[in-house]
Amino acid sequence: MDLALFYFLLLGFAIFMYVLLDGFDLGIGILYPWFGEAGERDHLMRSISHVWDGNETWLVFGGVILFAAFPVAYAEITSTFYLPIMLMLFALIFRGVAFEYRFKSDTSRPYWDLAFSAGSAIAAFCQGMLLGSLVQGVPAGINSMSSLHWLTPFSVLTGFSVMAGYALLAACYLYMKSRGSIQKHAAKLGVRLLVITLLAMVAVSLWTVVSQVEIRERWFSGYNFLWLSPLPILTCIAAAFAWKYLHAGRAAENHTVAESRTFAGSHTVAESHTFDSTEVAGVQAVDPSRYESRPFWAVTLIFLLGFAGLVVGLFPYLLPRQLTFMDAASPDSSLLFLLPGVCIFVPLICAYTFWGYRVFAGKVEDYQEGY
Amino acid sequence: MELDVALLSRLQFAFTVSFHIIFPSITIGLATLIAIWEGLWLKTHNPYYLQLAKFWIKPFAITFGMGVVSGIVLSYEFGTNFSKFSEITGAVLGPLMAYEVLTAFFMEAGFLGVMLFGWQRVGRKLHFFSTVVVMVGTWFSAFWIIAANSWMQTPAGYKIIEGRFEVESWMAVIFNPSMPYRLTHMVMASLITATFVVAGVSAYYLLKKKNIPLAKKGLSMCMWFALVLTPLQAWVGDLHGLTVKEYQPTKLAAMEGIWPAEEENVPLLLFALPNMETESNDYEVGIPGLGSLILTHSWDGAVEGLKAAPPEDRPNVPLVFWSFRVMVGIGVGMIGIALWALLLRRKDRLFENKPFLALVALFTPTGVIAVLAGWYVVEVGRQPWIVYNLVRTADIVSPLPAERVLFTFIMFVIIYTLLLGVYLYFMRKLIKKGPPGMDELERQMIGMNAPGYALAWVKNLNSDQSGHQQGDK
Ligand code: HDD
Ligand code: HEM
Ligand code: HEM
Repeated sequence: MDLALFYFLLLGFAIFMYVLLDGFDLGIGILYPWFGEAGERDHLMRSISHVWDGNETWLVFGGVILFAAFPVAYAEITSTFYLPIMLMLFALIFRGVAFEYRFKSDTSRPYWDLAFSAGSAIAAFCQGMLLGSLVQGVPAGINSMSSLHWLTPFSVLTGFSVMAGYALLAACYLYMKSRGSIQKHAAKLGVRLLVITLLAMVAVSLWTVVSQVEIRERWFSGYNFLWLSPLPILTCIAAAFAWKYLHAGRAAENHTVAESRTFAGSHTVAESHTFDSTEVAGVQAVDPSRYESRPFWAVTLIFLLGFAGLVVGLFPYLLPRQLTFMDAASPDSSLLFLLPGVCIFVPLICAYTFWGYRVFAGKVEDYQEGY
Repeated sequence: MELDVALLSRLQFAFTVSFHIIFPSITIGLATLIAIWEGLWLKTHNPYYLQLAKFWIKPFAITFGMGVVSGIVLSYEFGTNFSKFSEITGAVLGPLMAYEVLTAFFMEAGFLGVMLFGWQRVGRKLHFFSTVVVMVGTWFSAFWIIAANSWMQTPAGYKIIEGRFEVESWMAVIFNPSMPYRLTHMVMASLITATFVVAGVSAYYLLKKKNIPLAKKGLSMCMWFALVLTPLQAWVGDLHGLTVKEYQPTKLAAMEGIWPAEEENVPLLLFALPNMETESNDYEVGIPGLGSLILTHSWDGAVEGLKAAPPEDRPNVPLVFWSFRVMVGIGVGMIGIALWALLLRRKDRLFENKPFLALVALFTPTGVIAVLAGWYVVEVGRQPWIVYNLVRTADIVSPLPAERVLFTFIMFVIIYTLLLGVYLYFMRKLIKKGPPGMDELERQMIGMNAPGYALAWVKNLNSDQSGHQQGDK
């Protein structure tokens, strides 16, 4: 296979992994303001404190793959988007250190809460702006570094869209990792965010199709739309699926809460537990952890499809209408040298990342565990 | 005033990378120490080893966190501020850094979660394994990034095609002439830095008469390490200097403050104020001949001086000269401490001698200072080249509007100053708080001794609901 294409796909994989993994953990920060009750924020933080570092490493990986395989594109993109990238990095600094300091602080805790949630939200917004302005295209040459081309109505829209999407991922993640009132709250937010995210996807798609001739042609010339129609259709199916389970979760939890009220605190643990798992709005008796993860996977599918749609519109450009991946590629000596590393380590990384998630599988516990 | 983008970008890079290296130089060493303690605990079951490991894992965690967030900035700064540089060297440096991410960063991050939070979730052996993996990860990380940096110092194995570097031999690129020395010197520097941080805190505890058993164990072990490592470091440093003499003579001349184009009988300067305008030193104090002896291993060996290079090819001499002296001075001081400790040990007064303990406590941050000074020698001494003798730093800066770089530079200064303050505040807090007590360790050990039991317990909690724990709280 063509080496440059391989690295293009690898880059896509890295970006997707980043968006998915850091998506849910930045999303937790975005959802933060909606969880204010005692202990809730601790819980949110605990749900990701062991994985955020690994998740963010995918950002580094994306960056260095771009650097190693497409140096020209790396140089162009990072320097033309100087300010949004720097802003994103500042935001990531704040939210990153909040993990360490928040649990060790007494009086300064509100500041760490702010650093975490504002940092996450700003980082997500910047990523969205980067995406939007990449899709719109960048002025060529020296202008590209001095103008504010990345700040347009469209890029602001994509900024908010990415925030909504990340928050949706986070809601689904929380739905899977928590129980009781937090889980219920997550399901409720999840349903709303699902709607917002879908609307945002539609708006962004329409806007690009209307304003970008090349992308319009890619989608609508000849029979193309027929070939590409599975993307929107599958997205709708996945969304309906996510909707169903989140909605079910919401109803079920309501039920449980009502139930525990009738028991007036005297109910046993076992009872409420069986209740949860057996009568969730008509879902058959299954292990709760099985269906509770479904919204997350459904939303992952939505993200994957959205990403595929993006690639369809932009292929084979790294910097739209200016620089293709073929033109930006490093010489073969470099690409070949990196090849065995990628083939050996990427599967290995996936394996031990998976193992890491397995070690901490199940619901988040609210007792202090760890170092 | 006309703002100079090149200068601002360089200042910003120097500032951010200097901030970053503070943390790796502690974590590389500390991860190693923690792994050693945990291993010793598994072997001997002496609970003080566990206490040491469990105490130092907290400072380790916050240091590591700082290293991660400041490192991510750097990996993007190559492109944002030095776009031309990334373009022409990407084919060489990119794969090295990609290997760093693949073999080091993911490993560190993946196993860190288990190392920090997994005590009750995995067995002892598996936990120890995770700690070791994190340690190895930090070493690998040093390996690749030092390879990249050393290639910029002593480039090899490349060819230049259409103004861009391509690789002819990866072995030659990675194991370029200065790399083995720089890697050894740097990894040992990190071990020494961590050793003196632990020793300094232990000495502080002994002075305050707190946590005595832990402090004794910590100080004693660290002084043994120091006794081995510091003289070795001086030796490796000397060898390192000889490669500099061979490949970067101008840098060496700046380190030693040698001006004449060629000088025999070079003195070893203890004090001088190199003056770049008059091209000579003011107020020289030196030991005649010793410089030649160290550099050429003969009393009257000849060394190339600064005037052999045209003025525009010389680095900032005073900065290089003094940074070098700071590093070597601290190194000599550390050797002195290690020897003094040996002496006191023989008299059995290691834990009582107040001046000694005070001095060790004072030396807590000197490792970091020496590391920074060492890097200033390497990096400033390389100027005005970014790839030695091939590419000039001034030619590769991104043509950004200067105000933009000024803005981010000011932001970095503000944010990093704030963060450093916070970091020191929390370090102090952790040190004040001291190690977990033996009773607490015992409680935690129930979980560790029977991980299966603990895991089952956790699983039970999972399928139970939360009413119980809320009650407990
Ligand atoms: C000899 C050691 C050394 C040196 C010279 C550098 N680093 Fe570093 N770096 C480490 C040793 C290290 C480390 C020990 O591996 C860290 C520190 C804490 C950590 O998480 O890993 C790290 C973290 C770290 C991270 C975050 C990794 C993560 O996400 O887990 C990045 C992106 C970088 N570094 C990048 C750089 C760049 C671009 C450098 C050069 C300009 C650099 N580092 C110099
Ligand atoms: C981690 C310890 C390091 C420290 C403290 C350090 C310090 C510095 C300093 C002070 C400068 C500015 C020199 C000047 O402009 O006068 C500089 C420049 C630079 N260094 Fe390093 N450096 C370190 C490691 C590295 C590594 C590992 C690399 C690359 C792999 C690297 C690449 C660069 C680059 C690209 C520049 C910018 C251009 C320049 O001004 O030369 N540095 N560094
Ligand atoms: C005591 C005798 C020492 C000698 C003779 C010595 C020698 C050197 C030399 C010649 C260099 C510059 C290499 C270059 O420019 O390429 C250097 C760099 C450096 N030194 Fe030292 N050193 C000593 C002690 C120390 C100590 C105690 C530390 C830290 C704890 C340290 C940390 C460093 C670091 C981090 C660098 C930059 C990275 C590298 O080149 O490895 N040095 N040293």
